[in-house]
Amino acid sequence: MYSLNDVSLDINQGEIFGLLGPNGAGKTTLISMLCGLIKPSSGHFTIDGLNYAGHSSKIKKIIGVVPQEYALYPTLTARENLHYFGSMYGLKGSELKDKVIETLDLLGLLKFADKRIETFSGGMKRRVNLIAGILHNPKVLFLDEPTVGVDVQSKNAIIDYLKLLNQNGTTIIYTSHHLAEAEDFCTTIAILDQGKIYAQGTPSGLIASTEKARNLEDVFISLTGKDLRDDI
Amino acid sequence: MIYKIWMSIVKEFLLLKRDLGGLVILFIMPLVLVITVTLIQDSTFKAVSENKIQILLVDNDKGSVSKTVFDNLEKSQLFTVVTQIDGKPITEEVARENVYKGKFQLAIVIPKNLSTDLQAKIDQNVENIVSKMGFSDTIAKPETSKIIQQKEVKLYFDPAVQLSFKSSVMSSIDKMISQIETKSIYTTFQNQLGEENTKFEQKSFITFKEIIPKVNNKEVLPNSVQHNVPAWTLFAIFFIVIPLSINIVKEKSQGTFVRLLTNPVSNLVVIIGKTVTYSAICMIQFYMMVAVAIFLFPHIGLPSLNVEGHLFLMSVVALFSGFAAIGFGILLGTIASTQEQSAPFGATSVIILAAIGGVWVPVFAMPKIMQLIAKSSPMNWALEAFYDVLLRNVSFLEIIPKISLLFLFFIITTCIALFYDKKKRTV
Repeated sequence: MYSLNDVSLDINQGEIFGLLGPNGAGKTTLISMLCGLIKPSSGHFTIDGLNYAGHSSKIKKIIGVVPQEYALYPTLTARENLHYFGSMYGLKGSELKDKVIETLDLLGLLKFADKRIETFSGGMKRRVNLIAGILHNPKVLFLDEPTVGVDVQSKNAIIDYLKLLNQNGTTIIYTSHHLAEAEDFCTTIAILDQGKIYAQGTPSGLIASTEKARNLEDVFISLTGKDLRDDI
Repeated sequence: MIYKIWMSIVKEFLLLKRDLGGLVILFIMPLVLVITVTLIQDSTFKAVSENKIQILLVDNDKGSVSKTVFDNLEKSQLFTVVTQIDGKPITEEVARENVYKGKFQLAIVIPKNLSTDLQAKIDQNVENIVSKMGFSDTIAKPETSKIIQQKEVKLYFDPAVQLSFKSSVMSSIDKMISQIETKSIYTTFQNQLGEENTKFEQKSFITFKEIIPKVNNKEVLPNSVQHNVPAWTLFAIFFIVIPLSINIVKEKSQGTFVRLLTNPVSNLVVIIGKTVTYSAICMIQFYMMVAVAIFLFPHIGLPSLNVEGHLFLMSVVALFSGFAAIGFGILLGTIASTQEQSAPFGATSVIILAAIGGVWVPVFAMPKIMQLIAKSSPMNWALEAFYDVLLRNVSFLEIIPKISLLFLFFIITTCIALFYDKKKRTV
């Protein structure tokens, strides 16, 4: 069974690239491959000119990953979690401590730094989840539905911070079901369904090229249809 | 890499520190286990050796043999002989009923005319021998034509009685009957030869003596604690499989494992972090149990564990046993998808490994096929290494093969886990 089929993409440095598609389209599979979590059975890709076969460690140093689940230790505090994950990127000493404090502060969590993650709300967890992926200032940041299940305030804080990161040179590749959010946030969008890329371009370009489309949702429905995508 | 390993160790310790239930399993339960099991096994041993077991004796003989059996059983310190129930002499029927209902564990039925028939049989045999030696004219001719039937002493055991108890009782009674027969033969020879004044030496010519190993010219007699503490300590060390496999399953379900896979950190760092942490836990468990066995046991009526001169080598064995358990835990945690899979499987497999390894029943007492299986059990290698150190007083060189096997088990199980995980992540 193929999750992805004949997918070909070029993502430029500095882009905010949105991967959109219905459930089971292959978004998470594609992101997982790009992050080195799963190995493709065929095909190849490079990140900053490097491939996983020979430069796995180098790639992992320049990418940051924010998974869909809260990939944190619930019984550790936010600070302990971030110190641990930061150290895995080779950060240490005052550099690590300062970076943790700075990012927690930027995302409004500094006063909760020494509270356990298990006591945090969904929005707070999402923000710590994001920080754990960007402590080392990655060149490329992969985000798998970073705003799912959070309140509007947390969502805004996350999006604002991501925009700031992008302004500082981080290329962002992100998946989402929030089409309005993607339309506002992304510079380039690819619509993926059944493992294939159906369309790729700027949000405004995609809307303009689709008949009767007023927004990205219309483009999405036009390309992927209205059928439910429930699958077991 | 050292820094990443250090941070991994710190993280593992923090996770353990925050998990109160896990800490109880890791430290308190093994102590409860070793104290409880040693107390039970020691009291069972005392019950058998100090409390007399009541047995029924049905005396249909009323002769010298049954009297000797009665006297010997009473003298043995193990049994109290009951010959009457409710003031009436016991019949075979009553004895059988009482034993089969579990009211008594054993009944001995001595057949009718055993003493007279035994004497008659011996007289016949001795007379034959004496005649062939040319003394027939000097001695009265016996009744050689009489056929004497073989006699049978019947034993009834409570069906719930364990086989080991049965066989030890049967061998004691067999020995007692043989002694009576031998004594009768000597006496008859003495009478037949008319040598009333010549006393035959009737004591056994061959005796046996247990030679107890000596340490520093002092005999060291192993007690139940010397056997139990290493066995149950090992059992507890292997129980680390459960929290460790749960820890790995949790990492997978929480997503932290996925995050680590995307970090520039090798699996080796993660595994070393877990191995160092859980090895430290194993060693703390081990020293706690040794301390309890040395200092607490004498206060609760148990013998103290004697580790004089052995503690270093025991620590080495405990460390390598911990490695084997950790390897198994890593493999189980990698293969299991949920805690519901890893926890019961971990617990059951440790119990099976303990049974195979000889924690409950010594390997030499197992059937041949099980002995072969036992030789391939890490718990057996570890237990034998502990016994080598503690009871057989061996040197470090002599335990190297066993601890190497334990380490090899750790390497193999960890490699299988890594290989399995890599395979699983290929699409």
